[in-house]
Amino acid sequence: MKIFNFHLMPYAHADLDAIDKGGSAWVTYSNSHYDPVKGAELFNQYLDELEKADELGFDGVCVNEHHQTAYGMMPVPGVLAGALSRKIKRGKLAILGRALPLVNNPLTIAEEYAILDNITRGRVIAGFVRGIGAEYHSMGVNPAESNPRFVEAHDLIVQAWTRPGPFAFDGKFFNLRYVNPWPVPYQKPHPPIWTPSSGSISTIRWSAAKRYTYCQTLAPIASVARVFDIFREEADKCGYQASPDQLAWSNAIYIAETDEKARREARPYLESYGKFFKMNPVMMSPPGYSSLESVKRQRSMGRSRPQTPDDLIDLGTVIVGSPNTVREKLAAYQDLAGFGYSLTKTQFGTMPHEMAVVNQAAVAEEVLPYFGDRVPQPAKRAAAE
Amino acid sequence: MPGSANVAIQACNVDLRLQRAGVGASVVFSPDAHLGAAWLPFHDRLAEHFEVILLEHPGYGGGDAPPWLDRVTDLANFYLDALTQLDLARVHLVGAALGGWIAAELATRNTTRLASLTLIDPWGLRVDGAGGIDLFARTDEQALYDLSFDPKKAEPLVARLLAPEAEDALLKGRMMTAKLAWQPRLFDPQLGKWLHRIDVPTLIVWGREDRLLPTPYAAAWQAAIPGSRLVAVANAGHWPHVEQPLETAGIVHDFIAQQRAAT
Repeated sequence: MKIFNFHLMPYAHADLDAIDKGGSAWVTYSNSHYDPVKGAELFNQYLDELEKADELGFDGVCVNEHHQTAYGMMPVPGVLAGALSRKIKRGKLAILGRALPLVNNPLTIAEEYAILDNITRGRVIAGFVRGIGAEYHSMGVNPAESNPRFVEAHDLIVQAWTRPGPFAFDGKFFNLRYVNPWPVPYQKPHPPIWTPSSGSISTIRWSAAKRYTYCQTLAPIASVARVFDIFREEADKCGYQASPDQLAWSNAIYIAETDEKARREARPYLESYGKFFKMNPVMMSPPGYSSLESVKRQRSMGRSRPQTPDDLIDLGTVIVGSPNTVREKLAAYQDLAGFGYSLTKTQFGTMPHEMAVVNQAAVAEEVLPYFGDRVPQPAKRAAAE
Repeated sequence: MPGSANVAIQACNVDLRLQRAGVGASVVFSPDAHLGAAWLPFHDRLAEHFEVILLEHPGYGGGDAPPWLDRVTDLANFYLDALTQLDLARVHLVGAALGGWIAAELATRNTTRLASLTLIDPWGLRVDGAGGIDLFARTDEQALYDLSFDPKKAEPLVARLLAPEAEDALLKGRMMTAKLAWQPRLFDPQLGKWLHRIDVPTLIVWGREDRLLPTPYAAAWQAAIPGSRLVAVANAGHWPHVEQPLETAGIVHDFIAQQRAAT
């Protein structure tokens, strides 16, 4: 298993009571609550953490993309990746954005990734996402066009990376007389493409057909396993067997000496982490963003109960405990879900920098050395279930 | 009860669903996005004097949208084809909300088959600073109440639109509405430039308590269409024809009757 250190870069000074009252940390939570002096400190601390991850032996670092929210301060992840690109000397640099449908010229994304891939001499992982529902509000893009825009932007970017330019690209949404970006990627034919998603069937199907790596965002391990099963079935339908390297699970790990201490220390930050997710459910699911079947499925399931920190731990959405517990759970979860990558947050919610670096070092010391060569052992799946 | 028929509009490869009742001059009604092709007391009232033809927009009513349908102007061109194929002439075109936007787009293109145009709280224009709620930030239920003036009276209508058996129509309809009106929200920046081309008598009807498109929109429409008349309906939100059906039908009837008397 390869373990990456993943950061969301939350605005940890957000007024969580105001968010609770206003009903959302997204789109409508006023940026008058953002203090640039505090924000500057956070950006530098968070970047320090990711730079440290590389020294500590994580296999890579991840940034992501969200807009108009205190949940994460990385609306333009390429800037953060650029800041990291000269410091991350060993591991991969994974950008778990870019939201392709949200831009009007996807060629800018092809250019951005190509530059990063050159600076890192081929250590970039190119994430392609649709962006979450709320971002169709914040970026003024039509959610009913999300899927076809995503596919078309992808085609344009991959062509821009692999076809000698100049050539013309004529799509429904994007039309360019000249496609001839300088530079082209360092990796050939292009950087690995990863497709993070919260479990959209259309994304899973498409990603499996393209033989890309699918990343599941935060979810209980049992549903992660189900989603990965669907990916493997889709791969089977396409005539190949999906490898564990095509499956990445996004999680958070917190380690202390004992299970009890770890839970006690992690609880307030899991709690605040949950509050950053708070958003107007209508804005989360704009019409046309999901297919009719998935909207109907969601409606029939009704609204789920909010999860407590202990729920998150007990359902295996995050792993919290003593070193031994964390190792056992991570191994059991790998066997259950069959992933080859763990994208692990060591800072979450309002957790302060000092605490995050201790946790990060603990993960580096107590987890990384035990998992380098570990592959999923499906035979143990039954036991894990 | 109106008769219902599907007519294949060959040029566009679409079955257009129509409901008809009454005899007399043709009044074609282009409905809003939420009520779809619901036949209303307002239509009954007009059908006492005219032949009322209620359209059902492709993509609404639970059916699938045709592949060519991307924007409101597509529907305007589609209905021009439909009027030609149905050979309807001297049509009094009445459109509400989204249906009013479609009707206005149609009339900027070609009025040869129109005798008059009535727009009831139409979408389609931007008015800087006029405000209004964000339809897409509301639940279906909230939106239906926001659009109504009297929530108590709106209850049965809301219940019908949100009933489980109407789920497909509701979900497909709101997907279609997003496709047509998400960005920019509920308007086309190009439309205002061409409203002066509308050369048939035009009536604008507005619910005084419209919270989606408050009354400054009404004034903007009247200013943009030469010679148009504006009538405001009290105690009505976004749908005066639903909340004040008799009064609104009366206003529309008198306007159409006047045009007929004048020719």
